[in-house]
Amino acid sequence: MNPELKELYQEVILDHNKSPRNFRVMEDADRKIEGFNPLCGDHYVVYLKVRDGVVQDLSFTGSGCAISKASASVMSSIVKGKSVQEAELLFEKFHQLVMGDLNGEANAESLGKLIAFAGVSEFPARVKCASLAWHTLHTALTSNEEQVSTE
Amino acid sequence: MISTQTQPTKLTFDVVKIRKDFPILSQQVHGKALVYLDNAATSQKPQVVIDSLVRYYTEFNSNVHRGVHLLSEQATKAYEESRVKVQRYINAKRSEEIIFTRGTTEGINLVAQSFGRANIHEGDEIIISGMEHHSNIVPWQMLCAEKKATLRVIPIDDNGEIILDEYVKLFNDKTRFAAYTHVSNALGTVNPIKHMIETAHAHNVPVLIDGAQAIPHLRIDVQELDYDFYVFSSHKMFGPTGIGVVYGKKSLLETMPPYQGGGDMIKSVTFEKTIYNDLPYKFEAGTPNIADTIAFGVAIDYLNSLDFEAIHDYEQELLEYATEKLSTVNGLTIIGTAREKAGVVSFTLDGIHPHDIGTILDTEGIAIRTGHHCAQLVMQRFCVPATARASFAFYNTKNEIDALVDGINKVKEIFS
Ligand SMILES: Cc1ncc(COP(=O)(O)O)c(C=O)c1O
Repeated sequence: MNPELKELYQEVILDHNKSPRNFRVMEDADRKIEGFNPLCGDHYVVYLKVRDGVVQDLSFTGSGCAISKASASVMSSIVKGKSVQEAELLFEKFHQLVMGDLNGEANAESLGKLIAFAGVSEFPARVKCASLAWHTLHTALTSNEEQVSTE
Repeated sequence: MISTQTQPTKLTFDVVKIRKDFPILSQQVHGKALVYLDNAATSQKPQVVIDSLVRYYTEFNSNVHRGVHLLSEQATKAYEESRVKVQRYINAKRSEEIIFTRGTTEGINLVAQSFGRANIHEGDEIIISGMEHHSNIVPWQMLCAEKKATLRVIPIDDNGEIILDEYVKLFNDKTRFAAYTHVSNALGTVNPIKHMIETAHAHNVPVLIDGAQAIPHLRIDVQELDYDFYVFSSHKMFGPTGIGVVYGKKSLLETMPPYQGGGDMIKSVTFEKTIYNDLPYKFEAGTPNIADTIAFGVAIDYLNSLDFEAIHDYEQELLEYATEKLSTVNGLTIIGTAREKAGVVSFTLDGIHPHDIGTILDTEGIAIRTGHHCAQLVMQRFCVPATARASFAFYNTKNEIDALVDGINKVKEIFS
């Protein structure tokens, strides 16, 4: 396989695409917010339960490409249990990562499993796929909107 | 390339030679020979078209219809020659029936805003089909919202064909207009428009045909089928972007108010009253896209230099070959299996999103389209979020289709 492609479709991503974590409807969610990418038809719903500034539970449903689904899955497992502030910080770093703007080892380390998405920066057309779930989460945490679109 | 042994009779044109007319095709992308299968989005341009653009800017760049100097006369002449070339190409009766726009989208908006706003009133109905490009939905929706009119949609069956019995039933005494595509960009379906136009005309309803996907593949004769409006883009027929055509019957165009106001569309302006120019200038406000219009004429010359029948047969052969080859891939479903199709194979792969297919094929040098192709209603009809679409032009080869199939097998390996 072409090395860039290998970077993009890492095992972690293929695995989370095949068996996404926290892939379920949350009946008692505090917030439920939809994210769309009208260009490729990706569509997710992110469910959120926040208590005392901490993300207690996070789940999602929907469909889309491997990159967007794996991103939502990894996001859900990483953000669960983090404070809203920490989640927002991760969102920023993740964005820098997929844009290829992240510098410094320390920054990379703090990303944990998210580092699997570093390869996305070589595929500008896929940045929106990788960040759709994160934009949706960000909006869920910071505003009252009910829909997010990456267009 | 093509083996003349297996297909000795059909191939009366030489694809190897034709490919040399299109410089971009000999390119490499990601270190692989480019396999361009995104022709429905935009086609590639032959060298003569590219040269025409350079020549205009190098030798006679000048505004049209205004100057008294030589360059302006040359530019005007070449610009108006393109109009006549288009007229002949689609066999319109008069050159005034050819209106230049930026493309299909602008053309449909022109008809909706000009003819539509003048003739559609509260309670009226407009018929479109369930396989329209967004360009042939949204302008009508906007018009309906403004006028409190209603959009009626012709349903399509599982093969991606219009259900004609349902179409006929949509007509009633409130029906004022119909608009549908000749060839579907998402499914490849060629619609039975002769029959459909006859039905509409029997109810005194004028029809707009979106010819964006038909014009590169089919011979269009606007008089033969009695088209009211036929709209298309140059860039899908081997010409430049930014130029397209509304063909309209003179009798209809004459009754229509201008679409935009400005220079060139008037005969005289006072602060009290403006007298509009004659056709087609009434609909061409402002400085037009001169270089691209002239190059569009050159693209038509190029098409005229080819044997259209041979091209058509060859493209059908490519389509059959691709359909057959792709059908053998496990887990692959072709979306759109109409009896009559042109140049498009849309498909899905079990468990693999089209976007991932597109990225992986790209690294193999293969350009296809993925997504909803501006036809979300079609995607909803077939319950898929998106498809992968390979679309062909006469410069494509069976080898390229083989490369596509190999690429798809690589995609499956990665996701296995
Ligand atoms: C069927 C159809 N209609 C309309 C359009 C819009 O054409 P343009 O983008 O050239 O205005 C397209 C192009 O994608 C098309 O395929």
